[in-house]
Amino acid sequence: MSKKQPQDSNQTHLDDENTSQVLTLKQEATNFLNGVRHGRMGSFPAVIGFLVLVVLFSFLSPVFFTQLNFANLLQQSAPLIILAMGLVFILLIAEIDLSAGVTSGLASAIFVVVLKNFGFPWWLSIILSLLVGMTIGVVIGIMVAKVGIPSFVVTLAAFLAFQGLQLMVIGQGGLYRVETPAILALENDNLSVGFGWALAIILVGFVLINGLVSRRRRTKNGHANRAISTLYFRVAITALVVFTSVYFLNLPRGSNPEFQLQGVPVAVLVVLVVLIPCTYLLNRTPFGIHVYAVGGNPEAARRAGINVSSLRIIIFMIGSGLASISGLMAASRVGTVDAAAGRTIVLSGVAAAVVGGVSLFGGRGKLTDAVVGGLVIAVIDNGLGLLSLPAGLNLAVTGGVLLMAATADALSRKHGTLTGR
Amino acid sequence: MSVPNVPVIELKSVAKSFGAVQVLSGVNFVAMAGQVTALVGDNGAGKSTLIKGIAGVQSYDSGTILFEGNEVQIKSPVDASNLGIEVVYQDLALCDNLDVVQNMFLGREVVRSISLDDETMEQKAIKTLAGLSVRNISSVRQKVSSLSGGQRQTVAIARSVLWENKLVILDEPTAALGVSQTKQVLKMVRNLADTGLAVILISHNMQEVLAVADRIHVLRLGQMVANVKASESNLNSIVSYITGAENLSISGEAAL
Repeated sequence: MSKKQPQDSNQTHLDDENTSQVLTLKQEATNFLNGVRHGRMGSFPAVIGFLVLVVLFSFLSPVFFTQLNFANLLQQSAPLIILAMGLVFILLIAEIDLSAGVTSGLASAIFVVVLKNFGFPWWLSIILSLLVGMTIGVVIGIMVAKVGIPSFVVTLAAFLAFQGLQLMVIGQGGLYRVETPAILALENDNLSVGFGWALAIILVGFVLINGLVSRRRRTKNGHANRAISTLYFRVAITALVVFTSVYFLNLPRGSNPEFQLQGVPVAVLVVLVVLIPCTYLLNRTPFGIHVYAVGGNPEAARRAGINVSSLRIIIFMIGSGLASISGLMAASRVGTVDAAAGRTIVLSGVAAAVVGGVSLFGGRGKLTDAVVGGLVIAVIDNGLGLLSLPAGLNLAVTGGVLLMAATADALSRKHGTLTGR
Repeated sequence: MSVPNVPVIELKSVAKSFGAVQVLSGVNFVAMAGQVTALVGDNGAGKSTLIKGIAGVQSYDSGTILFEGNEVQIKSPVDASNLGIEVVYQDLALCDNLDVVQNMFLGREVVRSISLDDETMEQKAIKTLAGLSVRNISSVRQKVSSLSGGQRQTVAIARSVLWENKLVILDEPTAALGVSQTKQVLKMVRNLADTGLAVILISHNMQEVLAVADRIHVLRLGQMVANVKASESNLNSIVSYITGAENLSISGEAAL
């Protein structure tokens, strides 16, 4: 988080950065709250919203706060989160992909059809469906970046056309059962208790070691570090969330004593496997910086020598590729693929990204925002479903939450342009 | 500087016309290393056309370009940047959502294996700003959106120093700035030249041109009507060159 900049900057000296400026945890908190007040909120409101919803539903429904439903919630949110992560890439460069949902559906359709009708091995079918998904992204990207059609229109056209294509692939009224164990495992199996704990230790250890290594490197180069308590605070929060969740998920949750149901869902691992490398790509590589640059000021990016159109094409390819993974996850969860698979998920995906704090105007947002936003959308769906309220209410509430998030985004942008100069 | 008496860039009788309109005709222009060369003139005098030819945005119809004494062709912005020519445009090309270091290194990030080398970039950025005696940026890790107009200009100019350029062209760097910010940016322009670069400054503000420039070139209706030492001219004489009240062609005068 950037420090508050004094208006009259004549007195501040560059050298100050090297000598003093080690912020304490208290100052960091003040800075953070300042940021929140000025609209730089990130996923903070979504985290609060998630916690509020969890508490609310725990009171309203006796089933909500159980191990079984917690695992279910994570599995339910996984396809949405992965789709939303793809949309984060696209929103970061200030574009939109309305066809992400049907791309996910089409990918799952291609998977089942080549598997069953053409007798391809399951792994080849997966690769093929992902390749088709990525090709769709490349085509959309070329239409947007080279031909110059607004992404809204290109992907709306794709949204319509791919529904038709999916219908042709599946066949009228067709319904395919998913029987591949590897695909079914994604949304239905659990990691062993030991694996779950190992994963938790690796995650927390990574946050701690990464933080310490980065501090040491900065110190070696004579740069200022943030207070060590900030790091400990972050590690403590991560450890609390991760260890509590793993403990909770490792408790037996099945109603059938013959069949032990316990452990962290495989779906969580899949989300992490997508999240970690993609976050690395965005945060730690020149490509990532270029993505943010194109979202912030495409003209500046172009003048800096960045190939903006090929970057756009790659982004659409990543978005559609992640959508395809999401489609396979959804197929695993539902257990069947039909001609309508994936048709409705795209708007929830956009909602998840925006609720999580990704800006619709480009250049601002993180992949973890999609995780938080996806959990919020899933918890609304899950909680209201348990209360057996009418389905209409569910959609209305989700719409309202999205509107709130978009309002916050627009207001913070307005504030940013007012005070930016 | 290896060859102090060879101009970094020299234009010999360049001309450019758009249809029937002769925008530049027989213009000579010289910029020396270590000097601020101001280019002034009224709107439509041909300043932008002259600069676009050097930046590779739009080539001249005829005439010769000498870069460090060698004849060169500048057909595209890439040619210009390969020669070491950098243009800082009026509408600063900065990304608001990135921080100072990220903007300075945009498109030319320092990479260690496949990761960004943030420490090296941060260090170089701090060193560059310090080398230009920049005192108005308190943290190189703040987002550009939180900077004032003067601070943004500072970042844009500092960006051009980072890349071992030989010639930096500044297009109206103070047009949108307040008094104290203008002062800081001008000081930086001076420091830029003092590091040994050739600086071309385009400006409408005669006071600041007289204060910071070594030589002043005046364009009027596509012709170079004056090439004078700043120390030997004053506001009145420059204004009269610009308006044509004193139409004395001194293109024959030696560059130094």
